Amino acid sequence: MRLEPVEAPTLARRIGYPAAALAATVLVAAALAGIAGGNPLAVLGQIVDGAVGTKFARLETLNRATPLIFTGLAVAVAFRAKLWNIGAEAQLYLGAVATVLIGTQSGLPGPLVIPAMAAGAVVAGALMLLGPTLLKTKLGVDEVVTTLLLNFVVLLFVGYLLEGPMKDPMGMGWPKSPSLPKEARLPRIVEGLRLHWGFGIALICALGVWLVQAKTTLGFEMRAVGLNARAARFAGMPVNAVLAKTALISGGLAALAGFSEVAGLKGNLTADISPGFGYTGIVVAMLALLNPLGVVVSALFVAGIFVGADSMSRSAGVPSYIADILLASALLFMVLALMLSRFRVVRG
Amino acid sequence: MDITDILLSATFWAAVLRIASPLIFATMGELICERAGVLNLGIEGIMVAGAFAGWIAVYAGLPLWAGVGCAFLTGVCFGLIHGTLTVPFGLSQHVVGIGITMLASAATYFAYRVALPEVSSPPRIEAFQPTGWPILGSQTVLTWAALASVAITAWVLFRTPLGLALRAVGENPAAVEAQGLPVHGLRMGAVAVGSGLMAVGGSFLTLSAFNSFFFDMVNGRGWICIALVVFGAWMPGRALLGALLFAGFDAFQVRLQQTELGAGLPYQLFLAMPYLLSILALILMSRRAEVPGALMVPYNKGER
Repeated sequence: MRLEPVEAPTLARRIGYPAAALAATVLVAAALAGIAGGNPLAVLGQIVDGAVGTKFARLETLNRATPLIFTGLAVAVAFRAKLWNIGAEAQLYLGAVATVLIGTQSGLPGPLVIPAMAAGAVVAGALMLLGPTLLKTKLGVDEVVTTLLLNFVVLLFVGYLLEGPMKDPMGMGWPKSPSLPKEARLPRIVEGLRLHWGFGIALICALGVWLVQAKTTLGFEMRAVGLNARAARFAGMPVNAVLAKTALISGGLAALAGFSEVAGLKGNLTADISPGFGYTGIVVAMLALLNPLGVVVSALFVAGIFVGADSMSRSAGVPSYIADILLASALLFMVLALMLSRFRVVRG
Repeated sequence: MDITDILLSATFWAAVLRIASPLIFATMGELICERAGVLNLGIEGIMVAGAFAGWIAVYAGLPLWAGVGCAFLTGVCFGLIHGTLTVPFGLSQHVVGIGITMLASAATYFAYRVALPEVSSPPRIEAFQPTGWPILGSQTVLTWAALASVAITAWVLFRTPLGLALRAVGENPAAVEAQGLPVHGLRMGAVAVGSGLMAVGGSFLTLSAFNSFFFDMVNGRGWICIALVVFGAWMPGRALLGALLFAGFDAFQVRLQQTELGAGLPYQLFLAMPYLLSILALILMSRRAEVPGALMVPYNKGER
C-alpha cells in the first residue's frame, strides 16, 4: 500500500475520521469495562456522571484540567516546532520547587510574592528545557531521550530536597515542604467555590500562546522550523535561536503547572504533586491538534476522563487505569485519523 | 570495604551480569528496530508489559520458558501496533512510540488489577534459578540467553542476506524497493521481533531478578536502552559493552553507598547516576555516532 495526498479534503473527511477515532475510543472503553466484569453502558455512564454530574464533580474536573492546560500548551508549543519536549514532568517539578522557595524564603511583601513565584517557576522550567535543547542544536543529542531521562533525575532531586534542605520541620517526618504563607496562595476565582486562579492564568496563557503563534514573527518562525528546518535555515531563519526560544516558552509553561498546583491547590510541595501531568500533556496537545485554544478543550476532556474514571472505579470496581488506556488509545487513534483525513490509502 | 574490595568481589561481577541482562535483551530489540529505520519509543511500556506477561503466565501455572514465550508474544503484539502505525501509515515515530509506552503500561496495570483485585503485595513465583555451571554459575540461564541474543543479532544483521536487507531498509529503502524486496514487510518484521526482545528483557525482571511483579519496576530502563543503542553506535557488540559498563557502574554505586564515602552523600544522587550516565554517554557519542540514514524517515512508494 501507499499513501496519496488528498488535494482538497472535504469537510466530511476532515471531521469524519477524528469522529471515528473518538467513537473507536469509546468502543475500547466499553470492551475494557466488559473485560473487568462491569456493564459497559453503566460504566460509561458513571464516567460521564463522575466527571460532570454534580457541581463538585465539575469543579474537580476544572481543577484537574488546570495543570493539564499548562503542560498541554508546553507540549503544543514545542511539538509545533518539532522540538520533542517529553520533559514537562521535570519542568513542572522544578517550577514547583522554585515556587515554594520564593514563597517561603523571599520575605517579599504580599502583592509581590505571587508574581515573583510565577516568574521564578518560569525561569526554572525554561532553563530546564534549554539544556537539552542546546545539546540538540549544538551536538545533535536527541532531546527525546535526554528530556525523558531528566524526568527521573529531577524527581530524585525533588525527593532529596524534601528529605533534606527543604523538609518541613513541622511535617512530623513526612517528606514535604513547609506550607506557603497565606499571601502566597492563589485566591479562589469565586469565593466559596473550590477553584483557584491557576485556572484563570491557564486560560490567559492559552490565549497568549495563540496570539504568539498566530500574530508574531516568532510564531511564524516556530511553525516554519517545525515544517521543514532545512528550508527554514535556507530561507535565512536562525533555526537554533528559534528552537531555543521555543524551549524557553515551553519549559516555562510546563513549570507554571507546578506553580499553579502548589500555590493554588496544595499549598506545599510533595513528591507526588503530579501523577504524570507532564506525560498526559502530550495526549492533551495531540488531541488538540497542537492548537493552543484547542488545548483548553482537550484538557477539560482529558481531566473529565480521569475524574470520571476515579469516581466510576470506586462504585463499579473497574480499575481506574481504564482512563490511561483510553487516553493512550485516543492519542493513537487520533494521529491515525488526522493522517487519513489528509491522505488516501492506495493499493500497490 | 573500600573500592578495590568492591571491584575484586565475585558478587560484584555477578551483579553486573544480572543488572545488564534485561538491558541487553531490550537494547538488542531497539537496535534491530533502529537498524531497520524505526525508532521504537514504545520500549519502556513494552518492557512493563513483558515483565507482567511473563510473570502472570508462570503464576497461572505455565512453565518458565512458556512465560518467556508469552512475554515475547506480548511484545510482538505491541510491536505490530507500533509498526502498523509508523511503517505503512508513516505516522510520527515519536508520538506513536510515546503512545505505545502509555498504552502498554496502562494496559498492564489494568490487567494486573483485573487479575488480582484484592492483592496488596504481589505474589512471588518460582523463578529461574542459578545454573551452578562452572562459568557464571550464579547466573540464571536467561543471562546466557541475553548474551546469545547479542551474538545472534550480530550474526543475522551482518552475516545473512536478511540482515543485509534489514540494514539497507534503514539506510536507503528506495534501493531495497528497487531490488524487489518488501520495504514495509522488512520494517514491520524488525519492529515486531525487536519489540518481542524488549518484552523478554522486561520479563527477566520478573522471571529471574525480582520473582514478582510490581508497578514501576522497569523504572526508566527502556529509555536507558535507547541511550545504549546510540552509545553502541548501532553495533550489537559495542552496545553489549555499553550495557556491561553501565551495569558495572550501577552495581558499583549500590556498593559504594554502603562505604563511608557513600554514606555521607544523599542516596538519591546514587539513584540518579544511571540516568545522568546515560545522558553523558549520549553527549560523548554525539559527534561520532553513525545514525542509520533512514532512521525516523517513513517510506512511501513513489515519493522521493
